[in-house]
Amino acid sequence: MEERKIRVLIAKPGLDGHDRGAKVIARALRDAVMEVIYTGIRQTPEQIAATAIQEGVDIVGLSCLSGAHNQLFPQVVQLLRQKGGDDIIVIGGGIIPYDDIPVLKKAGVAEVFQPGTSTQEIIRFIKERVAKRT
Amino acid sequence: MALAEKILKGDIKAASRLMRDIDDEMDSATDELKVLYPQTGRAHVVGVTGSPGVGKSTLVDKMVEVLRRDSKTVGVIAVDPTSPFSGGAILGDRVRMQRHSTDEGVFIRSLATRGHLGGISRSTHDVIKVMDAMGKDIILVETVGVGQDEVDIVNAADTSIVVLVPGLGDDIQAIKAGILEIGDIFVINKCDQEGADRLEQELRIMLEMGQKSTDRWTPPIYRTEAIKGEGIEELVAGIQRHREVLQQEGLHQKQARQRARYEFLEILKSSLMKKLLQRLSKNGELDRIVDAMVKREKDPYTMAEEIIHKILP
Ligand SMILES: Nc1nc2c(ncn2[C@@H]2O[C@H](COP(=O)(O)OP(=O)(O)OP(=O)(O)O)[C@@H](O)[C@H]2O)c(=O)[nH]1
Ligand SMILES: [Mg+2]
Repeated sequence: MEERKIRVLIAKPGLDGHDRGAKVIARALRDAVMEVIYTGIRQTPEQIAATAIQEGVDIVGLSCLSGAHNQLFPQVVQLLRQKGGDDIIVIGGGIIPYDDIPVLKKAGVAEVFQPGTSTQEIIRFIKERVAKRT
Repeated sequence: MALAEKILKGDIKAASRLMRDIDDEMDSATDELKVLYPQTGRAHVVGVTGSPGVGKSTLVDKMVEVLRRDSKTVGVIAVDPTSPFSGGAILGDRVRMQRHSTDEGVFIRSLATRGHLGGISRSTHDVIKVMDAMGKDIILVETVGVGQDEVDIVNAADTSIVVLVPGLGDDIQAIKAGILEIGDIFVINKCDQEGADRLEQELRIMLEMGQKSTDRWTPPIYRTEAIKGEGIEELVAGIQRHREVLQQEGLHQKQARQRARYEFLEILKSSLMKKLLQRLSKNGELDRIVDAMVKREKDPYTMAEEIIHKILP
């Protein structure tokens, strides 16, 4: 049997209109043989959770530059749990103050990547986490 | 409880899981599909095909809106190409449909072609079945915009829509490529752009020439401006009319038989090959045959006959 393809949802919650960073990540993950579902900017946590469930993804990557990550990221985690998607891993990136990271992790975000993290590191993290889960 | 039973009880997560198993070609998916099969065949399946960028996703988004106003439940399958270089894919059709993502009457799934040619993925047929078993009234399948040979969808769709746009320079090109034969309905989108009249004229002439006197359906041409939602209600009404004609004329029955036959033979072929390949590889027979052929001691025709004779004496 063939190996399962890793499926990732890259989503931008919140009101900021920049998605250049998200697109760079999306392309890097595609080049690492993953299937990336891209949904564009200004997504609500409800939309992101519903999309993750419908698309059957292993992992959701959230990118937020607006500063609302402390509300938005935990909300996505909560909604996924409500919808039976507690097996879906949530990671985050964007402009996130260092002090917020433990809080986000406690809320169920698996990892938070700071600006400047290499895409290789993100890819490695995803592959390891998905392998560990299954 | 197995996935199939959960799906029949309305479990969205289970449906999504099974689609994943189908896409990843897990053996267990076949067992689930056996259970679902009797519950399929109710949804109306609509293929939406056309060159890259003609507005397929935008049209699908607007069609979903009209169908939902009509209280129809909708499944959407949006197929995008897998990169032949990396084996990965970016699936972006959904961007234009996101406003429907939280509507419980709509289920949208993006699929990558995973190397399959013909405009859809190998898994598309079975993912359609899952949505059908979920009870969706209508399933819209957006094919890859590869241009001219995305014709696989006709084996799955009850109604095939071909989308063209003015001024792409590909108007006559597309018509030449045999895309005429697969269209039950034609859409000229981006009618705000110049050249729509000419395209419609040319298309009409080509369609008339292609008509057979025995045909019981003349493919209509709808003009739309998908971004503004113009012409979409007429298009959706056209799909409904095509569906009615299929049923009245007994064409639906004929289509269903053709499709069942095609599907069975495809499945038979692939499971036979899989079994055979396993056996031939396991005992090293395949290598021996290849070696003998390269040395010209054996020919492939006799070898194939001998193997078939062994399993079907
Ligand atoms: N002017 C004009 N632009 C349109 C119309 N409909 C769609 N578009 C634009 O055409 C572009 C492509 O639209 P999509 O819906 O993504 O086209 P598609 O056929 O799904 O594209 P692929 O999936 O990449 O093949 C977008 O920028 C749309 O906004 C229309 O009626 N008029
Ligand atoms: Mg599209």
